[in-house]
Amino acid sequence: MFKSKLKIPPNDGDQRKGSLKAPVVLVQYGDFQCSPCRKLMPVLEDLKNHFGEDLCFIYRHFPLRSIHPAAEFAAIAAEAAGVQGQFWPMHHLLFQNQNELDAMTIKALGSSLNLSRKQFLEDLNLPILREKVQNDFNGGVRSGVNGTPCLYLNGARYTGLFSYKMLSQEIEELRKPKGLFSFFS
Amino acid sequence: MKETGPNLSEKSTLLQKGTVAPDFTLPTGAEKKVSLHDYKGKNVLLIFYPADWSPVCGNELTLFTEIHNDFQKLNVQLLGISVDNIWSHEAYTKSMNIPFPLLADFEPKGAVSKMYGAYNEQGFSSRALFLIDREGVIRWSYLSPLLEVPGMDEVLEQAEHLVATQTNHSKISESRQEHHV
Repeated sequence: MFKSKLKIPPNDGDQRKGSLKAPVVLVQYGDFQCSPCRKLMPVLEDLKNHFGEDLCFIYRHFPLRSIHPAAEFAAIAAEAAGVQGQFWPMHHLLFQNQNELDAMTIKALGSSLNLSRKQFLEDLNLPILREKVQNDFNGGVRSGVNGTPCLYLNGARYTGLFSYKMLSQEIEELRKPKGLFSFFS
Repeated sequence: MKETGPNLSEKSTLLQKGTVAPDFTLPTGAEKKVSLHDYKGKNVLLIFYPADWSPVCGNELTLFTEIHNDFQKLNVQLLGISVDNIWSHEAYTKSMNIPFPLLADFEPKGAVSKMYGAYNEQGFSSRALFLIDREGVIRWSYLSPLLEVPGMDEVLEQAEHLVATQTNHSKISESRQEHHV
């Protein structure tokens, strides 16, 4: 019971860095107003830099609206920036400015990126982006996400420490070829 | 994980599936009391948790708050229970925007938690869930490790399963009546 597995497989609708065919796919459920998520961000960046094409990193939204009033709008704003190919820069800006997040700051952060400000501001109202955030959240609930950050490695819940050392060991293990000979190694 | 502070391992003494849920009345505010029998005809999820203001309980109650609407759609009433007093519950509810009642199992301390086998002898309620059907029978109970928030996937699946079973029974009952007419 409660051995959670990722219920929504990685797909083309996900915000991702890397190929879905990478030997290791790491899915994070996160909230832009969650402090441990902010602390995890550089760790995940270092992991991506280290493992390169062997690691695909996916970010899914899990805004806890009742305690983080700007989290949902921040998530929508990240997706709105994503419409213009700027999801990851916006994702970084939101975490870097986590303590200042409100509607005005979030709009200003988006407007500071290399995108059409007018389109970005219009897209913040797109129902489809709100639905994307809600669908991420719903998928997280069904996958047993019980707080943020929550990580899945190749579909299985990661329950270890959020340290570079622990995560890299786990990823290293997963990227080893699974063949006849690996049985003897 | 290194164990510090309270003993984290608990042996389950919870009332089990099929048991009639013991009735109780507890205060949820200065002038308001809630009884289990108030919810007859409705499914109820009792959420026993160790303490207001603790980090793990905060995560758990936040998750229940976020998906409160899903339970409402299933006609499942959520009730939180801990040994904290009504004033703590009132401040906590406001601070966390909790949309369901928190009941104070404060005096005699933990009496209701003990009735359900969900009392930790270190002085607080266990982290336990009881899904009670509209006839007042426990249909699912679960004891979570003290420092672990239960995943809502399993809780929702249990509630959905219960409601689906009830819907199915209602249909069979209606069909029988039509048949006899």
